[in-house]
Amino acid sequence: MNIFEWSFLAGVLTATAPVLLAALGGLLCQVAGVFNIALEGQLLWGAFVAVVVSDLTGSAWTGVVGAVAATVLFSALLSGPSVALRADPIVVAVGLNLLALGLTAFLMRQIFGSGGTYSSPDLAGLPDLGELGVDVPVLRDQSPLVPVALLLVVVMAAWLTRTRSGLRLRAVGQHLDAAQAVGLRVSGYRHGVTLVAGALCGLAGAQLSLGNVTLFSEGMSAGRGWIAVVAVMLSGVRPYRLLLACLLFGVAEAFGFRLQGAGLPQQAADAAPYVITLAALVLAAVARRRRRSYEHA
Amino acid sequence: MSAPALTRRVIASAPVVALVGALGLTTLVMLVVGVDPTLAYPALVRGAVLDGNLEYTIAAFVPTLGMALAFALPLRAGEFNLGGDGQLAMGGVTAAALALLVPLPPGVAVVLPLAAGAVAGGLVAVVAAPLSTRLGIPAIVSTLLISAPAVSLASYLVRFPLAEPNTGIAQTPPLPEAAHLPALGGSGYLTIGLPLIAVLTALWLYADGRTVLGYEIRATGQNREFARYGGVKVDRVAALALAGGGAFAGLAGALIVLGPPHRFVDGALTAPGYTFTAVAAVLLASARPVVVPLTVALLTFLQVGGQGMEREAGVPSQLTQIVQGLIIVIVAVLATLRARRPR
Repeated sequence: MNIFEWSFLAGVLTATAPVLLAALGGLLCQVAGVFNIALEGQLLWGAFVAVVVSDLTGSAWTGVVGAVAATVLFSALLSGPSVALRADPIVVAVGLNLLALGLTAFLMRQIFGSGGTYSSPDLAGLPDLGELGVDVPVLRDQSPLVPVALLLVVVMAAWLTRTRSGLRLRAVGQHLDAAQAVGLRVSGYRHGVTLVAGALCGLAGAQLSLGNVTLFSEGMSAGRGWIAVVAVMLSGVRPYRLLLACLLFGVAEAFGFRLQGAGLPQQAADAAPYVITLAALVLAAVARRRRRSYEHA
Repeated sequence: MSAPALTRRVIASAPVVALVGALGLTTLVMLVVGVDPTLAYPALVRGAVLDGNLEYTIAAFVPTLGMALAFALPLRAGEFNLGGDGQLAMGGVTAAALALLVPLPPGVAVVLPLAAGAVAGGLVAVVAAPLSTRLGIPAIVSTLLISAPAVSLASYLVRFPLAEPNTGIAQTPPLPEAAHLPALGGSGYLTIGLPLIAVLTALWLYADGRTVLGYEIRATGQNREFARYGGVKVDRVAALALAGGGAFAGLAGALIVLGPPHRFVDGALTAPGYTFTAVAAVLLASARPVVVPLTVALLTFLQVGGQGMEREAGVPSQLTQIVQGLIIVIVAVLATLRARRPR
């Protein structure tokens, strides 16, 4: 296989990683019966904090830790109102997505002095695996968070099917009354998954702004959090299917780049991930409907 | 109700509490980042109403109200339309294309592009209806996913087939004179868009409260199964509501394009954030349609004033987005607290 194709696969993996990390958080929430559509805002917030902290300290890993901590705090704005006070999680999430957009753009101007895009030589990006001695073609140019994301898929699949706490979490999502009857603290689980999803979105944001590129630009999450929401819907809450759904998005984005290189307008490349994701969602829903009517017949 | 009791009820109402809460938190943000609120807020008011800025505020009120109807109408049927940007852009580009490519007699040259813009917006939105009612894909996700390619398509059309030749700027040529919205009075920015949207809002308020269709839309939104049981064709009603919402968005886009500067400038429709200002306004009105024009006026005031605040006090205008986000969260919390309070 020639270098052209290796680089395409590497591009797919790079595009997949932030979406996959956010989607893992969304999946965890879905398992516990929490519809989390604030992934987009949290991803953006994580990307922003990662850049600010890395810029201040000169250390990308401190940036990652800062992003995770700050996004867990941000996700408390979702878990507090929606789990503890039982406010409509959809409305709260719509508000938080808007808040993240405004807050990052506002603070960006306050901290860096201008809007748009910020990059600087002081800004430390995550190292490539190649620099750390990993000499596998597809992984050479990836940040260490990429294999972490892939590993988390395996860990989450095993946790949800093979551990007591994982099974209990699924009970909370599947049968609320039964879970309560055996004495599970349902709201505790729901707070927990929302905050863990925040941590994962923080990682996703750091991967986006310090791994995929080394800069922050306004609204740079660019719908990835929503694609992650769709990936969760496509996954049927199974982690390996989630990986496939996210890879589909990664292929669409990497393919969009190639299309642009081949002379197609940038707008086609911009639209490709959305069109392909939506098509996958529709096909999956049609297939599910077919199967169901077959079973009923 | 006595006057003091009414006053008390207004002060304790969700919109007032949410707005005061959001402004309080925003003032906190200002203090934390070292902005003097006593400079920022007067600059905001001046930016919205004084120094001839009132004209801009009213001009921005028109598309924001259009987008509020685009979100509110489907919401009454229980469908979240977050794809306003795509519907707005497609409405705008359709109106611009028609005005540029087809020579039309005066009068028709305004009405037809407006109608075409509304149809285009409605078509973009209605796609989400079967996805929601037949396939179970929530409209909040599908409208948003459809919106992004729609914005890209409009942007492509404006940059290539409809672009003004030999300028390199992503905009269409100026529309023919006949397609300009008639101005109101001697003003440059006020057009018949304002009375038009006012009439349409009044029609919507009437339809929502007093017609069978309005009742069916509300019934579908409040309890879809019960409405179905009561003989309402809920799938069709949801589709109508989404199409109607999209049509308002498309019309808003057409009104922007046919108004000054009388052309489609790429990004000019989506950049001011009409869609989410409108979402915040509708949620702030907490399901009382009559209040929607008031909350839209209020948030437009904040939005336009925010730009004045940026010019005068050096406070980034994105602060108003923070206010809007906080308003939505606070409204959601208040709604649940009220529902649980014993009556």
